[in-house]
Amino acid sequence: MNHLKSWHHSLIQGLLILFLGLSGAIVQAEEEVKLDKAPVDTSNLPSLQRGAQHFMNYCMNCHSAHLARFDLLEQLGLSEKLVTQNLILTDAKVADYMTVVLKAKDAQNWFGVPPPDLTVEARVRGADWIYTYLRSFYRDDQRPSGWNNRVFPNVAMPHVLWALQGQQELQRKGGEDALVLTQKGSLSPQEYDQFVGDLVNFLVFMSEPTRLARLHLGLWVMGFLLILFLVARALKREFWKDIH
Amino acid sequence: MVSQVMGWIDERFPLTKVWREHLAEYYAPKNFNFWYYFGSLALLVLVMQIVTGIFLTMNYKPDARFAFASVEYIMRDVNFGWLIRYMHSTGASMFFVVVYLHMMRGILYGSYRKPRELLWIIGMAIYLCLMGEAFFGYLLPWGQMSYWGAQVIVSLVDAISPEVALWIRGDYVISDATLNRFFAFHVIALPLVLLVLVFLHIVALHQVGSNNPDGIEIKNHKDPVSHIPLDGIPFHPYYTVKDIVGVSGYFIAYFGIIFFLPEMGGYFLEENNFIPADPLKTPPHIAPLWYFTPFYAILRAIPQKQLGIAAMGLAVLIFFLLPWLDRGVVKSVRYRGTLYKSALTAFVLSFLVLGYLGTQEPTIWYVNPIARVCAGIYFGFFLLMPIYSRLDKTKPVPERVTS
Repeated sequence: MNHLKSWHHSLIQGLLILFLGLSGAIVQAEEEVKLDKAPVDTSNLPSLQRGAQHFMNYCMNCHSAHLARFDLLEQLGLSEKLVTQNLILTDAKVADYMTVVLKAKDAQNWFGVPPPDLTVEARVRGADWIYTYLRSFYRDDQRPSGWNNRVFPNVAMPHVLWALQGQQELQRKGGEDALVLTQKGSLSPQEYDQFVGDLVNFLVFMSEPTRLARLHLGLWVMGFLLILFLVARALKREFWKDIH
Repeated sequence: MVSQVMGWIDERFPLTKVWREHLAEYYAPKNFNFWYYFGSLALLVLVMQIVTGIFLTMNYKPDARFAFASVEYIMRDVNFGWLIRYMHSTGASMFFVVVYLHMMRGILYGSYRKPRELLWIIGMAIYLCLMGEAFFGYLLPWGQMSYWGAQVIVSLVDAISPEVALWIRGDYVISDATLNRFFAFHVIALPLVLLVLVFLHIVALHQVGSNNPDGIEIKNHKDPVSHIPLDGIPFHPYYTVKDIVGVSGYFIAYFGIIFFLPEMGGYFLEENNFIPADPLKTPPHIAPLWYFTPFYAILRAIPQKQLGIAAMGLAVLIFFLLPWLDRGVVKSVRYRGTLYKSALTAFVLSFLVLGYLGTQEPTIWYVNPIARVCAGIYFGFFLLMPIYSRLDKTKPVPERVTS
């Protein structure tokens, strides 16, 4: 059907032109801080184990992850004993939810806003956002906490990891605002990036613990469906061979 | 033995008769193309939504305090709960993909024209019901978008009649009472209506017979002896084996999304819906899921709220009038002229652009002006159809179907 084909063709052409035009407009409309790519690899167990440790030590004093249980950590190749002795800092059992003792009302008084639960935070913000956010704090005497953030301006959270990263300041360089490390922390910039990378990797894992299983099972399912498709097509051709 | 059992059943229930009339001796045109997969696929998606829905219901809690956590419980602690949940959430979006393509097929080949007006109307009723089903279901995960999306839609009712809005919510705000009744609508009320309507849709289809890409009636040329349409082939086995190919292809796309892109970049599962519903915190940007955004864009494009609601309602309901707006002498786009083809192309483009604009924040300068132009094209396609479809220079229609 030649005329039909040409009509379809012009429709597709029109669509292409339209979307190219619109996507150009979108790129122009969005002008925010550029996010760095987070080194996410949820099959990297050592990274996830370090990330879990950082999360328990630095995040879970204020942030809960109350939709997940501590036995989540056993999926990272850690035994129940190891988790109980080293990663649970309270008297909680591994089957308990990862709650926090900080009361929402107290947090409201201290920070102005209760710290959000972090169980699925990586699915809300995206790994790149959290990765960039945790590396974008700078000193700001205008803020009650003394800290501000380039990715999340006027954020209520102080820079909890400052002792590791050191202190950054926002300076103007060549017509652009840039963060400059003015006081060294206990980690080098590369070490700090890896620290945050491991932490973000763990947050991604925690937001969807079945992610790896999903990707692995998906390959098998796709393989099966491809074969099913080919068999079904051959069957159809066999049945249809005398229909003209 | 088998024939004895069949005989026993047939004396009491018309099993063989139904099998013959609706499958083995239901004659469908032999020239169905790609577009004709989506009817049977829609039926498949409906069944899959019901089955996955049953399993979700076993672990979901329709309670404002527990709803959000129970979804994460399904994702984490229920065996293969994540798969069932993704099948259901992806299935919801894919239902609309399939139904929109199914409707597009009807428009392309004039499947709504005489004698299939009632078939089209029942189909549109299914579409309306499906929109309700999607709307009620979207509140259940009790995320921020669930909550505020429902808030926006109910506020439209509120703008017309606050009493009715109060009656729908069961409260002065979207609340636990609303969640409970939406759950009831989603899992039992609307599915029952959907099933009845789908049954009626198939009954009506088998009364008039299927249309085809040439838009001509195969019943006009029957074998003089057997009275079987010359261009017809039995639905079973020909279209059953063909539909297996369609199902396999659909599954590759559907499970591809489920396993590798379950959020579909925020279009099937929105980022903000991973935040629990908070009645005190309005998200800066509220948009419905993609399948409602063309109508949402029309709503926002009109500055006066009641008028916008009327336009949005009209944009959906105007499809019902299609059989009577179209005055073309041919049914299929294959034999239509440039005038009709241009109008249809403009309509499809305006629908897609409106869908895109509905996902964007209305404060962006170009959103509402372009939406107004597209809404004009959208309504123009329908309202001017009696004129341009008649003026259209059509091509001669063949007597028999072309391959």
